Amino acid sequence: MSEPQKNSSLESLPFEEALKRLEEVVEILEKGDTPLEQAIQLFDEGMKLAHICGKKLEWAEQQVEMLVQENGEWVKKLFKVEEDSE
Amino acid sequence: MIREPEREVWSVTELVQYLYDILDLDENLKKIWVEGEITNFSQHSKSRHMYFTLKDEQTAIDAVMFAGNNRRLRFTPKNGDRVLVRGYVSIYMKDGHLQLYVQDMRLSGIGDLYVAFQRLKEQLQAEGLFDVPKKKLPSFPRRVGVITSASGAAVRDIIVTMRRRLPMTPILLYPVSVQGEKAAKEIAEAIDHMNRLMEVDVLIVGRGGGSLEELWAFNEEIVARSIFRSVIPVVSAVGHETDVTISDFVADARAATPTAAAEMVVPHIAELHDRLTHLYKRLLYAQTSLMNRLKERLHKNVDRPIFTNPNARLYQYAQHVDSLEIRLQNAMGKLIEKKDRQLEQRVYRLTAFHPQRRVEKEAERLELLKRDANWHLRNLLKDKAKQYQHLLAKLDSLSPLKVMLRGYSLVYRHDGKTLVKSYRQAAPGDLIHVRLAEGQLKCQVWKSEETENE
Repeated sequence: MSEPQKNSSLESLPFEEALKRLEEVVEILEKGDTPLEQAIQLFDEGMKLAHICGKKLEWAEQQVEMLVQENGEWVKKLFKVEEDSE
Repeated sequence: MIREPEREVWSVTELVQYLYDILDLDENLKKIWVEGEITNFSQHSKSRHMYFTLKDEQTAIDAVMFAGNNRRLRFTPKNGDRVLVRGYVSIYMKDGHLQLYVQDMRLSGIGDLYVAFQRLKEQLQAEGLFDVPKKKLPSFPRRVGVITSASGAAVRDIIVTMRRRLPMTPILLYPVSVQGEKAAKEIAEAIDHMNRLMEVDVLIVGRGGGSLEELWAFNEEIVARSIFRSVIPVVSAVGHETDVTISDFVADARAATPTAAAEMVVPHIAELHDRLTHLYKRLLYAQTSLMNRLKERLHKNVDRPIFTNPNARLYQYAQHVDSLEIRLQNAMGKLIEKKDRQLEQRVYRLTAFHPQRRVEKEAERLELLKRDANWHLRNLLKDKAKQYQHLLAKLDSLSPLKVMLRGYSLVYRHDGKTLVKSYRQAAPGDLIHVRLAEGQLKCQVWKSEETENE
């Protein structure tokens, strides 16, 4: 897993895996014995991962859906919650 | 002989102790369920222990429930309540009073439920449903499934808590009845359905607080089994802190409340930010230190004389080349000189042997020789002439005639040829010829003798 990943696949990585990969990259780099070219690639990947993770954390809008059966089919409907009911 | 048994007298203490021991040893009395009606109920104002009598149509028994046990009761017992109690029978040593020591108490009716709960719990436990290793909750679920009532406080608590912690995590709610007859079936179906959809990484199954009856669906076997079946990790969140349901035992995690469940399934965004920031810093630091290390190594090499003074080495070579060149030139010069000299010599020698020169020389020599020859010849002639003269003179002087002129004569033998120089050559009587400067004498010897002094 120490092979640098391609950019396109980074974007689609779930947050947890992106974070895990970032940890991995950091750990490889921290060992300090990576050849320069690979280190640069890994660093680049790490920066992208950090950026992607950071962006994912910025996504603030909560999405709550509810499964409802309509005419015998299950569909997802937006579910709204009254916050100030408490 | 039949001996009359010895009359044994017990002390009251001994008797009470004996009864105490008997009751203590009877396993049946250790964990009994008793149903009856409460009378003479009182609760000590300080100790909070409860004292009452449990009776039925025929008889009654005194009972005590200590504060440690009654604290957990979800109702306040009062006279006339029909209750189901669990506890043991023992004797109060102080007054030999037989008492029921109550550890748990339920209102009758739900007493059946309680028994059912215990029975199912034991059954599932025996089956090993509680011992199966719990699935690990994802640390960052892509989507959280919630199975609860769409109108209850639980769903709101979960949504609000998750919004506060990690708003980007989507929630998929599967609305179910959480109480009533259909509740258990609906919950079980919902769990199975979510497992078919596989759209969520974790499931929260639960509801808010309520009575035992209200929470009952979560003690049903079908719910327990569907939770057990679930491939998706399940967090059970039923009621309040004190409510324990069968679901809690089977689930992969038990949350005291729906809010606690929401806290369990998603990390707080601040934690993630911290983690990310930390990783980011480590990434930068690791790269910077790697770069610095490499730079340092590079500088160490670049600072070497070969790079700082690249010509130094060249100069060395240049100097060497120069010296070689000089040596070469010297050597060549000498060689050329030598060859020149040799050539010169040869040329010289050659010129010496030039035919013209030779001709000239020979001519010169010829001339010289000629001159010499002439000279010599003349000299020779001169000499010879002189010699001739001399010889002539000498000859002249030596001429016998001349000598004879001075008085000498020559004596020959008779033959006229043999010159007589000694007396021995002529014996007396021999005929001899004597030549004189003028004419000759023919003579005969008369005596021959040796001259005395001559």
